Amino acid sequence: MRIKLKRTGAAVMLVFLLSSVYGTAQDSHVGKLSGNAKRGKALYVRYCIFCHGPNGDGQGESAPYLDPKPRDFTKALFKCRSTPSGTLPLDSDLYDTISRGVHASGMPSWQPLLRQERVDLVAYIKTFSSAFEEEKPGAPVEIPAEPPNTAESIQRGSELFQSMNCWSCHGKDGRGHGPSAAALTDSKGYAITPFDFTSGSRFKCGESDRDMFRDLVTGLDGTPMPSFAAATTADQRWDVVHYIRSLSAHKTHAKLKIEPVAK
Amino acid sequence: MRIGVFKRVAPGSVALILMLAGIPAAHGVPAFARKYGLPCSACHEAWPMLNNFGQTFKDNGYQLGNGRDAPIYQEPSYWPIMFRTTPQWHRENNNRQAIDIVPGSAASGQVEASVTTSGFDLGGLDVITAGTLYQNISFFIQPFIGNSSINLSQAWARFDNLAGSHWLNLKMGRFELDEPISLERSLIINNTGGAYYTYFFAPPGDNNYFAGIGFPQLGVEFLGHSANDYTRYSVAVVTDSNGAAGLPSNQDYDVYANFNQAFEMPWFGKQQVGLYGLFGESPTYFQTQNGNPIPGTGTGNRSFYRIGAYGHWYVHKTDFYTFFMHGYDNVFLGNAVPSNQPFNLPAGAVGPTWNGGFIEGHYNPNPRLILIGKYELDRMSRQANPGIRSDAGDLDTWTAGYRWYPIMSPRAGLAWTQEYSRITLSGAAPLSGKDAIHNSYLMGFDFDF
Repeated sequence: MRIKLKRTGAAVMLVFLLSSVYGTAQDSHVGKLSGNAKRGKALYVRYCIFCHGPNGDGQGESAPYLDPKPRDFTKALFKCRSTPSGTLPLDSDLYDTISRGVHASGMPSWQPLLRQERVDLVAYIKTFSSAFEEEKPGAPVEIPAEPPNTAESIQRGSELFQSMNCWSCHGKDGRGHGPSAAALTDSKGYAITPFDFTSGSRFKCGESDRDMFRDLVTGLDGTPMPSFAAATTADQRWDVVHYIRSLSAHKTHAKLKIEPVAK
Repeated sequence: MRIGVFKRVAPGSVALILMLAGIPAAHGVPAFARKYGLPCSACHEAWPMLNNFGQTFKDNGYQLGNGRDAPIYQEPSYWPIMFRTTPQWHRENNNRQAIDIVPGSAASGQVEASVTTSGFDLGGLDVITAGTLYQNISFFIQPFIGNSSINLSQAWARFDNLAGSHWLNLKMGRFELDEPISLERSLIINNTGGAYYTYFFAPPGDNNYFAGIGFPQLGVEFLGHSANDYTRYSVAVVTDSNGAAGLPSNQDYDVYANFNQAFEMPWFGKQQVGLYGLFGESPTYFQTQNGNPIPGTGTGNRSFYRIGAYGHWYVHKTDFYTFFMHGYDNVFLGNAVPSNQPFNLPAGAVGPTWNGGFIEGHYNPNPRLILIGKYELDRMSRQANPGIRSDAGDLDTWTAGYRWYPIMSPRAGLAWTQEYSRITLSGAAPLSGKDAIHNSYLMGFDFDF
């Protein structure tokens, strides 16, 4: 009996120790790395708290001065995902956003942080919303092989840009000042500006053609940008990607290559 | 004989300390925090010491690369300017200073005595304006207002990300060399410990015009880095004027190069190793007018170099800098003899060589506190003049202290600091030739706005 109690006690202690070291269900996993929310909290206090706030609600000290406003993690709505609209992102989606930053916003690339640190941050960010405990992330969307970027494809994309009413927000010339632009707000009611496609080759959620294709499928949750998964075929989305790319063909940025986490 | 020679060089060591005490204080730039809304801790392990995010930001030309870097995105009232000063109380002690036996009477002879001074003081005022003139064009201007002088410590402009590549950046002006461990960003600010002596080390009797890699230099620099800054290189070509404007020495150029590579170690954190070298020539004599040197006419150049390796090692919340330097000066520089007068070289004269280095550790439990410890030593391995005792010029110094940051905001920075430093200069007492020891204690505020 005593031996059994001792064993039970030891098992409880082991579980306690492991949970204190490795965290709880809010841990994150990206490639071979596992993130720990406790470690992530220390990093959050150092790097993130002044914009995203101590409670993760986007109400940090600097938030009133930022445009667009910092993300409210308590809502579990994330712009940059590989999962369908309305579903939670993968850990790797949050990791990629931290690594890449969000172009044309106050969110820089945190790639200079250690990979482990970024995975720890993902774990802590997930603690701000119970959604990550209650739901599973959506399944990643499929991105087919890109067809050649031809003049015909760009022309078709241009026509789709008009017929799908992209222009009403992004403007007929893609500069982000369409007739609806002034009235747009995000999910928290803050004014939000459509992206100016002529500003360069980097976009909110990445700079590759695949990134743009993915955005058309997933939409940017928390913003007026919807998913076009149902309204378009894959070939049509590639045509739109090619057209958008043509609007900034003359602009270049230093490439931001995110180093992969070992699978 | 040996003490006699050494008496001539010992004051140089003391002068080195006094000179280093006048080096402008290090800096963080709250103007950047105001521009981006980020706290000091985002870019600084503990300001002014940069972390890798801050180093990347600096190497990117003070740009985050988020499409909000160009001045057009700033409030028109935004000024990229900051001020920094350090009101403090400090105590300085020199254990063997030469003093007149009868104060005021030079004829009374001299003795060595311990001299202590203390009081409230100011560390001068750093004014820095820096940022971006346009996307991918950055600048930095740093006037330093000392207690009795004003100088333009740095002034440069830089073209960033040429051809859309992090690997091509071009800077021109007066700038801090891409030092293995930035002196401008030292956490230590007291008179004795607030410098890396190895950067400035000069052998006894040496008159090399170049005074050290710690001083800002005039020239151009190419710098490149990977996106996460784990791989970096820099090559600078600088006028051999030791950073002084007006071409005071000659039209000779020195070349400085630095390369470092970082990698991640699970649990430990980032580890960085690097190599650097400075190769140059200095004049050994000038054209003269009525016996006085004519500035800019230095000639009879002779070579010198500084080479070494370094590392930055993280063990979770503790980090260590390790730094090594090997130095060499030509025999004419080492003996302060014009190269057109070789007959004036002492018998057995050679080019002096020496080795130096330091280890500096920090414990940073949270963004508001950092504990600091440093030990540094320099050792002559070959004196220029065999008449000079072998350990002349050797020095040992250590520092312990902490900095506490009671406020942390994206607007300004305030630190409370306490430091104690001690330096032992081998055989540098001016009369007895015994070791000279300087002690510094400092406590005070360091604030940035």
